[in-house]
Amino acid sequence: MHKSKALLTVNNLSVGFHTDRGDVTAIEDVSFEVRAGEILGIVGESGCGKSVTGRSIMRLLPKFNSFIDPQSEINFEGINLAQADEKTMRTLRGDRIAMIFQEPMTALNPVFTIGWQLDEALKYHTTLKKSQRRERAVAMLKSVEIPNPEQRYHEYPHQLSGGMRQRVVIAMALCCDPELLIADEPTTALDVTIQAQILRLMDELRKKAETAVILITHDLGVIAQICDRVIVMYAGQIVETADVYSLFKNPQHPYTKALLESIPQTGRQHHQTRLPTIEGIVPSLFDLPDGCRFQDRCTFRTQECVDREPQLSDEVDSRKVRCFFPLENLL
Amino acid sequence: MAIVLLVMLLLRVRDPVPGMMGKQATVEDIANKREELGLNRPRYVQYFTLLQQMVTFDFSQELWTQPGMTVGELLRKSVPISLLLTLPALFLTTVISVCIGMISAYARGRLLDKILVFFAVLGMSISFLVYIIFGQYFGSYQLGRLVGQPVFSIHGYEPGLQNWAYYMLLPVLISVIVSMGYNTRFYRAVMVEETTQDYITTAWSKGASTSKIMFVHMLRNAMIPIITRIMITLPLLVTGSILLERFFGIPGMGDALLSAISNNDFPVIEVFSSIFAGLFICSIILTDVLYAVFDPRVRLQ
Repeated sequence: MHKSKALLTVNNLSVGFHTDRGDVTAIEDVSFEVRAGEILGIVGESGCGKSVTGRSIMRLLPKFNSFIDPQSEINFEGINLAQADEKTMRTLRGDRIAMIFQEPMTALNPVFTIGWQLDEALKYHTTLKKSQRRERAVAMLKSVEIPNPEQRYHEYPHQLSGGMRQRVVIAMALCCDPELLIADEPTTALDVTIQAQILRLMDELRKKAETAVILITHDLGVIAQICDRVIVMYAGQIVETADVYSLFKNPQHPYTKALLESIPQTGRQHHQTRLPTIEGIVPSLFDLPDGCRFQDRCTFRTQECVDREPQLSDEVDSRKVRCFFPLENLL
Repeated sequence: MAIVLLVMLLLRVRDPVPGMMGKQATVEDIANKREELGLNRPRYVQYFTLLQQMVTFDFSQELWTQPGMTVGELLRKSVPISLLLTLPALFLTTVISVCIGMISAYARGRLLDKILVFFAVLGMSISFLVYIIFGQYFGSYQLGRLVGQPVFSIHGYEPGLQNWAYYMLLPVLISVIVSMGYNTRFYRAVMVEETTQDYITTAWSKGASTSKIMFVHMLRNAMIPIITRIMITLPLLVTGSILLERFFGIPGMGDALLSAISNNDFPVIEVFSSIFAGLFICSIILTDVLYAVFDPRVRLQ
């Protein structure tokens, strides 16, 4: 694990949305840090605030209905992204911080060529001449293992397959050598073979360029493959954070444990029993319970969990957990 | 098109000839006139004659109300006048409402957007006639008195481009204001749709500026609905604006058509309907061609 200085420090990030039913807090008091060359995984069910966290760092949430709490701080190399103006953000986006999105089928603009879209970020952030940018773009396509990059450069997104498009999206995100890459479910829409390729590609690239990566996913398999540290989110809060080995070996939060148990595994005699699932659903953000947000689905619930809301613990062996009864103690 | 013509021909139930000839006409005169106009021939013969004329672009029939003048001449005289009114109006309306739609979509949910939408709805809700009357009163009468000489004409028309502003600018502006409401709302919806697209988020994430996003990424994708809307209105340019031409005394196609309809001048109506139908088909074909220009996905391999 890298012990270098943190590249990005997020402190007490809270983000809300204006809705027809009133304002709602989507993520609450999220704090974490990422170091150069590290892959941080953020995992959780749909709607627990993973993507909102990623997009807040990029400040890509729609302006008309979202707001970042003024107490929040997103420190990127001395710049507070939570309060930065649009102009500052524009110089950072695509240059020092880049993002990869979930849907390769729609993430590329259908009416412009691959080359044009690759050229865009280079045009905004570098002083390269046209021919140099072109060379760079083709080299990027080659580095993400796209066959015939020269020819693909002139093609439109609809002429490429999903896996190829996602590689183009990655090439696009990486063409200005970002220091931080936010990958929002980069492999969810792809089949498993392509998924493995993309993950390998990202792993190689961060080793080569010391890029810090925030990998947002709901797939613990992906986390296990390439992440260094993991944040588990539930209903807008961080419930557990640990390095990947400790987390898989010894989950402390009941939610993490339940998540791990619901992964199908080979070698165990799982075929005799049904795959365990987590009962119930994530509570609506409009209707959060008092006390612990996971109480309704937790098998270890006590009266205290209903009465009081647990806080994220102080760091112990670089682990934090938001539970009154971390599982270690129960075992 | 052929069906429209057929229906029209069959609808010509009332014999127009006695009306044309006046009170003094004898039965014989009327019969002769019918013979001359070809009205005594069977309907299907008349139909195919008309069809043949239309397909060969033969517009040499004489007007019933103005013997000596052919339909072709009437069109050549009236259509350009109408186009002088409708073309600038369409151009201005489209450019302005696309821009306002874009601004409104960009400021979505904020005060500016709400104000713009409010005025769009207000503009839609007011009758065309109100705009004309107010336009004529303030634009021509009051403004003319204020300046000391007429700035815009209230009624009448003279050919010549140097006279365009005097006779046409006011009707053009009224026409723009009238259609702004609908168009702004339409283009706002198109642009709001665009802002939610994933590739727009991707463009933001690359560090594109607001103007790049709006005028390059969004506008290029919004071209399809914009083109469709413009193309559908293209044939209507030729018809002119009946109301504006009537009120401002502009002898355009709308005015000519209205006279023709009220005077049972069938050659004009028939020819014009055919041309209109033809233009409609052309504009739809042109729309498909333009789709391919703007959207690479539509291009043939």
